[in-house]
Amino acid sequence: MLENVPAAELSCVGRGVERIDTVEKLSGAAYYTGDLRFPGMLFAKVKRSPHAKARIARIDTHKARALPGVHAVLTGADLDVRVGLYLVDKYVLARDVVRHFGEAVAAVAAETPEIARKAVDLIEVDYEPMTPVLDPAKAIENGAPLVHPDLGSYDYVKEVFSPVGGTNIANLSKYRKGDVDKAFAEADLVVEREYTNPSVQHVPMETHVTVGQWQPGDKIQLWTSAQSPFTVRNLFCHAFKLSHNQVRVFIPYVGGGFGGKAGIHLEPLACSLSRAAGGRPVKIQATREEEFSLLPCRSGLVNRIKTALTKDGRILAQQMTMLWDAGAYADYAVNVTRASGYSAAGPYEIPAARIDAYTVYTNKPFGTAYRGFGHVEFSWGTERHMTVLARAIGMDPLEFRKRNALRPGSITLTGEVIREHTGNVTRCMETVAKAIGYGEELTPEWQQRELETGRRIGKSVVALHKAPAMPPFTGTAVVLRMNEDGTVIANLSLTEIGAGTYTSLAQIIAEALKFPIERIKVPVENDTDRDPYDWQTVASKGLMLCGNAAILAARDLLGKAYDMAAQVLRANHCDLDHDADRIFVRHNPECQVPFRALAVGYAYPNGNGIGGPLVGVGRYIAQGLTNLDKETGQGLPALYWTYGAHGLVVEVDPVTGEYDVLKVASAFDVGKAINPSAVRGQIIGGMIQGLGTAMCEGYIYDANGKLLNPNFTDNKIPTSLDMPAEIEAFVVETPQVDGPFGARGVGEHSMIAICGALGNAIQDACGADLTKMPIRAEDVWRALETAGPLLESSATIRNRAACNTRER
Amino acid sequence: MRIRVRVNGRDYQQEAPDHWTLLRFLREGLGLTGTKEGCGAGECGACTIIMDGLTVNSCLVLAPEADGTVIETIEGEAVAGELSPLQRAFHKHHAVQCGFCTPAMILSIKAFLRTNPRPTVREIQEAIEGNFCRCTGYQQIIEAVQEVTGQREGQEELGHA
Ligand code: FES
Ligand code: FES
Repeated sequence: MLENVPAAELSCVGRGVERIDTVEKLSGAAYYTGDLRFPGMLFAKVKRSPHAKARIARIDTHKARALPGVHAVLTGADLDVRVGLYLVDKYVLARDVVRHFGEAVAAVAAETPEIARKAVDLIEVDYEPMTPVLDPAKAIENGAPLVHPDLGSYDYVKEVFSPVGGTNIANLSKYRKGDVDKAFAEADLVVEREYTNPSVQHVPMETHVTVGQWQPGDKIQLWTSAQSPFTVRNLFCHAFKLSHNQVRVFIPYVGGGFGGKAGIHLEPLACSLSRAAGGRPVKIQATREEEFSLLPCRSGLVNRIKTALTKDGRILAQQMTMLWDAGAYADYAVNVTRASGYSAAGPYEIPAARIDAYTVYTNKPFGTAYRGFGHVEFSWGTERHMTVLARAIGMDPLEFRKRNALRPGSITLTGEVIREHTGNVTRCMETVAKAIGYGEELTPEWQQRELETGRRIGKSVVALHKAPAMPPFTGTAVVLRMNEDGTVIANLSLTEIGAGTYTSLAQIIAEALKFPIERIKVPVENDTDRDPYDWQTVASKGLMLCGNAAILAARDLLGKAYDMAAQVLRANHCDLDHDADRIFVRHNPECQVPFRALAVGYAYPNGNGIGGPLVGVGRYIAQGLTNLDKETGQGLPALYWTYGAHGLVVEVDPVTGEYDVLKVASAFDVGKAINPSAVRGQIIGGMIQGLGTAMCEGYIYDANGKLLNPNFTDNKIPTSLDMPAEIEAFVVETPQVDGPFGARGVGEHSMIAICGALGNAIQDACGADLTKMPIRAEDVWRALETAGPLLESSATIRNRAACNTRER
Repeated sequence: MRIRVRVNGRDYQQEAPDHWTLLRFLREGLGLTGTKEGCGAGECGACTIIMDGLTVNSCLVLAPEADGTVIETIEGEAVAGELSPLQRAFHKHHAVQCGFCTPAMILSIKAFLRTNPRPTVREIQEAIEGNFCRCTGYQQIIEAVQEVTGQREGQEELGHA
């Protein structure tokens, strides 16, 4: 572990200090991209497809170009540029065909947004609508219409992904462990079911916004609401065949990302318009409606799970077929498919497994990363399934989970051995079970309340895990610079999208330097010309990788300061020590030199100087990870695993299906909570965001693939009135051996498995057997009215009659 | 038309196109960009300001309608560089993550507390129901309001198992 210091000796790490970026956000002084104005700035609007699939027969832009105040009009014909993260499949503007409702076919830059809007309206597009493919199961059938007929010729990351040309399969990831057929033959019981999730929108409160400027001489500047400045730069340079030295990306304050701003989105279009407009800066801000269909969402999922188990509650084998509904472009979906494949067992040991995870193209808005990176989606199915399995053999669902939980010595799907220090999922489950009184009799008051209201109380405990989904060689760097007064500025390129990581990093740096946190500045804005490289702000990996780099940078800076001090004090390096203000000789503390005197180089009284400005550099790269074997999925993908559990109490009206979440308790093994208040904020914030997915969110299409609910009236997100009456957040701290002060990331995990927790608690309350996200009151009612779904087992699921006659 | 407003105690007179919203007038006309746009359709509350003592979604008010009114925005909340008690409570309780909903959230609560200085949790929830926050899950915002109304001291602890 980097810096394994006993808790009692820590002065900054482990404390819920106030965030370093809050004051400016509270006073309205923080500038987000949409607040920026530049001389000569133009405003862009986009013409979007009303069809899910159509041939573009004709685009006439004459009238738009003739409108006074219009500086640039672009269509797909003007831009033979394709972009893609892992699979290069998307034109900046649709060319010849549109592949999803809401796709951009043309764009205008004008002096005001009004002129741009009017010009967009004047663009005439003749479409020849084609039959869209909307259902991922149909999309992989032989002879299905192809979303990308040229898939076989696209560029992609060959070491990792496997697109199948001539089909709609953008990627197939396979995982193979043990003898599955033998296990199924020997099982006491086999249960097979299907669970589904719709696409869901991230809904950052700040929509995507970019200001792009393509200056003459091909110098490009971007101010953009993005999570990953270097990925934007890299993909931009690839797409336009530019040198990395020609493109500069600035990230101002970002109003939430949740994965939706992780890749490259509006940047190529803004810059292309700027180029066409002679280099004037061009701003594009997505409307909320555009946020739903022009920009990406989370992929839908059809998750078929077949499990072999013994009567005494041991899972022997599991077979899973996951159809990820990626929509029209692969974006992150291919990697969501890969990462959720190797995680798909959940935090349980499955001795034999066969998992096929498909990324399927359909004619819908496309999927990208979203907090949890596939785990929110598949854990809905897997955690429902765990409870269904337990009920099928008459075992308590928590006991069943504990019996199969990963423990030291367990082997994951990809062949990794779980160790003592990996974390403790059982402890997480026990913590939340206790917090919600799982397995306890209802109190007399609650029994009385059930009698009076006719409502039923149900409880559940679910478990989860996730590792950062990232290339095995993901690296980062942190540069620390000491100012003249001994304060320190940290340069790094993780972005502060709201998670609070910058404050935790400031704490880590303060602790590593033994300085008070007030002396550490981590500037919120990023600049690819000035800051060192970071891959992306995703995957809950930032705290660990940047934290380690920050510690190494602190050591480097101190080492250089000690070198200078050794010379100034005529002392051995090894005899030196320091406190917040000075370096001194340990056995003669009056022999000292203040950091201030060393910060920009030491000056002797006669004017001679030595050393030079203090700069510390720390680099860190994930250690020992590998690509996965394409046929078996074996290898080492996980930087670490963060385990967690939710306990949920629900009250359900068994007649109408209406329900209220009364309590959620959540626990995560974070290794070490660097800032407990920030951790609590991540736990609660993610849990509520997850409840949104569970209770009400999701894309609804008509039969032609038109999105019907691209707004907050028809796609509700949780408000303050949707909060559970009681919320508790816990951490377990099994230190991560290679984590900074033992920490591991937890930014995404709180959102995972909460859907399953809700479904299982509702089933516990009234027997409703739910298989589809989201769970609205009418879905509970419907599940109570109809028999349970497909269930090839001897499971005896309590039905409505049982619920109504249930005795306490 | 020429619009006369008093914003955060300062008088302004400025031309604005008739179709501009008050939100746009504040942001682009007066340069007060602390008020944010989250939807432009009256659904998210990110543009909440106080107009003549009442909270409004400034994206739904036309700029000419604001002529002659008294307006409070986030820029007027900190006085002489000092955070207000409400802002300080938000700071202390980690009630801010990305910060995009924060200015509006502060304004909603400020107006609400004038009429209800010791609200229950339920009343706080009702008061901010129209202000979406995608990051915090609202809990730490509510704790901040409890503190500033004298109903809570200290930070809620993260449980250690
Ligand atoms: S921006 Fe005004 S309510 Fe959303
Ligand atoms: S803090 Fe991000 S939306 Fe509220």
